[in-house]
Amino acid sequence: MSLLEERVKSGKFIVTSEVGPPKGTDVHELLEDADLLRGRVDAINVTDLQSSVMRVGSFIVCHLLKERGHEVVFQVACRDRNRLALQSDLLSAAVVGIENVLAITGDHPVLGDHPQARAVFDLDSMQLLLAIKGLQEGHDMVGKPLKGIPKFYPGAVVNPGAEPLEPEIIKMEKKIKAGAQFFQTQAVYDVKAFENFINSVKHLKTTILVGIVLLKSAGMARFMNKNVAGVFVPDNLIEEIDKAPDKAKKSIEIAARLIKELKGLCQGVHIMPIGWDKKVPDVLDAAGL
Amino acid sequence: MIATKSKSFEDITGFIEKYHNIFITGCGDCAVVCKTGGEPEVAAMKVALEKLGKKVTGTAVIDPSCHLVEVKKTYQQHKEEVLNSDAILVMGCGDGVRSILEGMKKPVYPALDTIFLGETVRGGYFKETCSLCGDCVLDRTGGICPFTCCAKALLNGPCGGQSKGKCEVDKEKDCGWIMIYNRLKEINELDKMTQIRQAKDCSILIKPRELVVEGATVRVGAR
Repeated sequence: MSLLEERVKSGKFIVTSEVGPPKGTDVHELLEDADLLRGRVDAINVTDLQSSVMRVGSFIVCHLLKERGHEVVFQVACRDRNRLALQSDLLSAAVVGIENVLAITGDHPVLGDHPQARAVFDLDSMQLLLAIKGLQEGHDMVGKPLKGIPKFYPGAVVNPGAEPLEPEIIKMEKKIKAGAQFFQTQAVYDVKAFENFINSVKHLKTTILVGIVLLKSAGMARFMNKNVAGVFVPDNLIEEIDKAPDKAKKSIEIAARLIKELKGLCQGVHIMPIGWDKKVPDVLDAAGL
Repeated sequence: MIATKSKSFEDITGFIEKYHNIFITGCGDCAVVCKTGGEPEVAAMKVALEKLGKKVTGTAVIDPSCHLVEVKKTYQQHKEEVLNSDAILVMGCGDGVRSILEGMKKPVYPALDTIFLGETVRGGYFKETCSLCGDCVLDRTGGICPFTCCAKALLNGPCGGQSKGKCEVDKEKDCGWIMIYNRLKEINELDKMTQIRQAKDCSILIKPRELVVEGATVRVGAR
């Protein structure tokens, strides 16, 4: 059982954060940023070519972090690899002791920096979860037995602000059937809307880590409201960050406040610093975590 | 309907630069609807090529140019003109180009880009509706193809990028899965969305495929 799974099962309030690998081979700063989280979070996600931008891969960074004693969540997107490569990378991850896997569909390549790339999506996130389940049962997707059976703690993502919400919940239910044991959510700023979402998925009795993205400016808030699916930053928060003379300080204050308000509604929090990695410990201090 | 659009005239004249005598074919079916290879377009191409000093040995609008029997019939009717040509400019879909190669044996060049199989919404507006995947799932999706109408060809519901029913790839486009969701709800078949769909068997997509119908026997497969 992975450390993260143990912590979830213990009933502790879970804290995860994430790092994004660089474009280029210099992982020095990433490793330093991750070290700032040592002892402060239960696991660190490593994103998989986030926003469809070509970078260092999730697997090798997970491996480096693992070697430095960090608990990691290996994000695996369906965008770039077919079922052979996905299963192979999962086995490779298991060989080096990576157990937590987050199965995601992935953004379309046309949104990234290589819009000319062929979109793979040989599997979707559901079918990837099924593949993970199969590997854990000792066989690949076509039923061939494995020499050495991996152990995973599979997770998935959900967007509590999706409109309409019903198809998102139907998909979440299916992800649980396909083996997802925990969920990390898209960024949440609207506590009331999140509460409604939680009420509609209570029957699923799963582990939900609410997504917190550090709000850096009013411009960022307006950009997300316009361009990021299911993310809604209420006007009062936009005004609050806009009027603040020290944006970083205010950003930390808002994130901490949101965490405190959301804490009672779910099993944990997933902090996405989007470049403000060094501020995560301050957020945790301010949130009392 | 096979949707086509015209290549640029510069591209076309580039393909046939080294040839003087040109035979032009159009297509009496889809290319008529798309206004890319019917009688008027073929006539206009003839005039344009002649203006450049080319000799157009003849023209024929084949109905349809994807039918080898029709192509061979046309060849017999226009044998002299075809034989007098150095090359054939095909104003039909990609299959038309191939059928004319097989039926007339001359160097063939495409005047069109073949884009998709779709619906004629109205004159001048066509939309892609089917991806010819060989394993139809429309029974479970209210008649709307997720393989075609979802930019990621997902089979188990919308991705996290859908926003108020629009696609993450293009905010003007409807999310295929929200269309499916709405339709299934309308016809009381939403339970179909709750079933997990397995990954597609891509081995049936190995190209080039062929379909052979012999009496009651139908065989589909890679050639």
